[in-house]
Amino acid sequence: MLDGRSLVKRTAGLRLWLSAGWIGALVIGAVFAPWIAPQDPLMQDLFTSRLPPFWMDGAEPGYWLGTDSLGRDVLSRILYGGRVALVVALIAGTATALIGATLGLIAGYFRGWADMVISRLVDIWMAFPPVLFAILLIAVMGTGLTSVVVAIIVIDWTRFARVVRAEAMAQGAMDYVASAQVAGRGRMSTLLTEILPNVLPTIAVLLTLEMGIAVIVEAILSFVNLSVSTDDPTWGGMIAEGRLSIHQAWWVLVFPLVALFLTVLSFSQLGEGLKDRFDPVLN
Amino acid sequence: MFLRRLLSRIATTLVTLLGVAVIVFAVIRIVPGDPVAMMLPPGATEADIARLQAFYGLDKSIPEQFFIWLGGVVQGDFGTSITTRQPVLGLVLSRLPATLELSVMALVIAVALGGTMALIGTRQRYTRTEGAIDVANGMALSVPDFLWGLVLILLFGVLWPVFTISGRVSPNLVPEFTTSFFLFESVVRLRFDLWLDLVQHMLMPALALAIPLAAIIGQLLKQSLKETMHLDYVTLARTKGYSENHVILREALRNAVLPTLTLIGVQFTFLIGGTVIIERLFSYEGLGNMAIDAVINRDLPLIQGIVLLFALLFTLVNLVVDLLYAVLNPRLRHA
Repeated sequence: MLDGRSLVKRTAGLRLWLSAGWIGALVIGAVFAPWIAPQDPLMQDLFTSRLPPFWMDGAEPGYWLGTDSLGRDVLSRILYGGRVALVVALIAGTATALIGATLGLIAGYFRGWADMVISRLVDIWMAFPPVLFAILLIAVMGTGLTSVVVAIIVIDWTRFARVVRAEAMAQGAMDYVASAQVAGRGRMSTLLTEILPNVLPTIAVLLTLEMGIAVIVEAILSFVNLSVSTDDPTWGGMIAEGRLSIHQAWWVLVFPLVALFLTVLSFSQLGEGLKDRFDPVLN
Repeated sequence: MFLRRLLSRIATTLVTLLGVAVIVFAVIRIVPGDPVAMMLPPGATEADIARLQAFYGLDKSIPEQFFIWLGGVVQGDFGTSITTRQPVLGLVLSRLPATLELSVMALVIAVALGGTMALIGTRQRYTRTEGAIDVANGMALSVPDFLWGLVLILLFGVLWPVFTISGRVSPNLVPEFTTSFFLFESVVRLRFDLWLDLVQHMLMPALALAIPLAAIIGQLLKQSLKETMHLDYVTLARTKGYSENHVILREALRNAVLPTLTLIGVQFTFLIGGTVIIERLFSYEGLGNMAIDAVINRDLPLIQGIVLLFALLFTLVNLVVDLLYAVLNPRLRHA
């Protein structure tokens, strides 16, 4: 009898490589966008508006994935939009991990009043719908890259704090921590040299997943026009435009959607792959 | 003992709600632009500004403003919307039924889909079918509701346009309703023509919200079912000659369902949170759509009211789930 689980297991390596490949290609595309992009992503030209992608009738060379209703090149805009997505993923993801994991370590290892305050805050945060909280913050701070990053940190630090706290508590109860204490090591030094290295794989997994979440949050915010300035191309902004002209020019919606879909899926697959390999705790 | 547990749980809920109020108020207070200045025409005099500030209570100290505001909120006074000049509570409550109906419909779809997946997966365990279900669940979980919504719009709004992808109901049918609970009303009044139109509008947004939750339900329930299938009493049922279907549905399911029920409770709040963007995507006239309009118009009292209502909804759902769990779980009932 064929083991059903083997299908999942067998394709795991392949899916990991495909995910890493897509993220790699995206990074290259974003970094070298000014040299790779066939057109200026902002240039409007009503004579080239709503050109179809290259395999359809009426396509023009140089506009591989077609143009939107203002005549802007879809491929070039996806490449430049990838820059925004990746910058947000990197900065917001890392900052969220740093802040959330630090608070989680403090709460889980030192316990006491710090744990009480942090855990209460986490409880309060759980009462807010994340997307609504994000748009509320943007409404107050105004749009722009910094606001998007700050909003992601403010709404998502609890993801790290919750898991890292539980993990630090579990590690803190183990014998090796007790022996470090008996050997005369200070609390702070035990935390940094004994607990932290053991919690690091968990943080790495959460960070990978968080990057995918940051990409999606940025896309949602730019979809409702509350992300970076409206001049900069973003995947969410392209999707919002494409949604309006979906019956006339489906490619304006479909290509950025595919890019977003693959990116989110890849980060999530990478996170799951890391979890399987390095982290027996999260499994 | 149960009463004591209940009281302490209600106390924590109140503390959480107070924290929510503090944070919402603090966030709104750090707003850099002066909301009053934006409401007045350019030629407004100092006296006009002062009068309007006094009207909204903006001339008092911050703690004073907080307690005045909180006192109002407790009595149901959520302030006045800046754009429509109407009481926030009325505006928010007029949209709440639309969001609740969408959320409940999504929950029902998620339970039906996820449950079916889990039952098929358990019946066909260790086969290719189970493998395929696992892969599908993994995909459904990795991609959030916003993207599923866009995929559904492409598939069933454009490629094969069988569903309406914008609005809650056909506009010409709105006068037919006397309450704001359209779906509920159409069932109670046995108006299946209206019901059909509603479902045709609501199915796509509800499905987008349901897909990730269905995957979670499918995974956890299948895991619990498979574990239960190894227990002695299930083996006993099998030796008695009951069919595999009977064993899964009648014997195993009852014991395997409790962890899934708790999970559904927690995840239901995430689903409600997802309505904000899904409603926008499908131009569905609910609370979430109203919230985004309010942000774009910088109507802070209205946003404040919507965020508070969502937070209240979340905390109440969590409270009810905890209490239900205590009632359903025999180990906790006598604790």
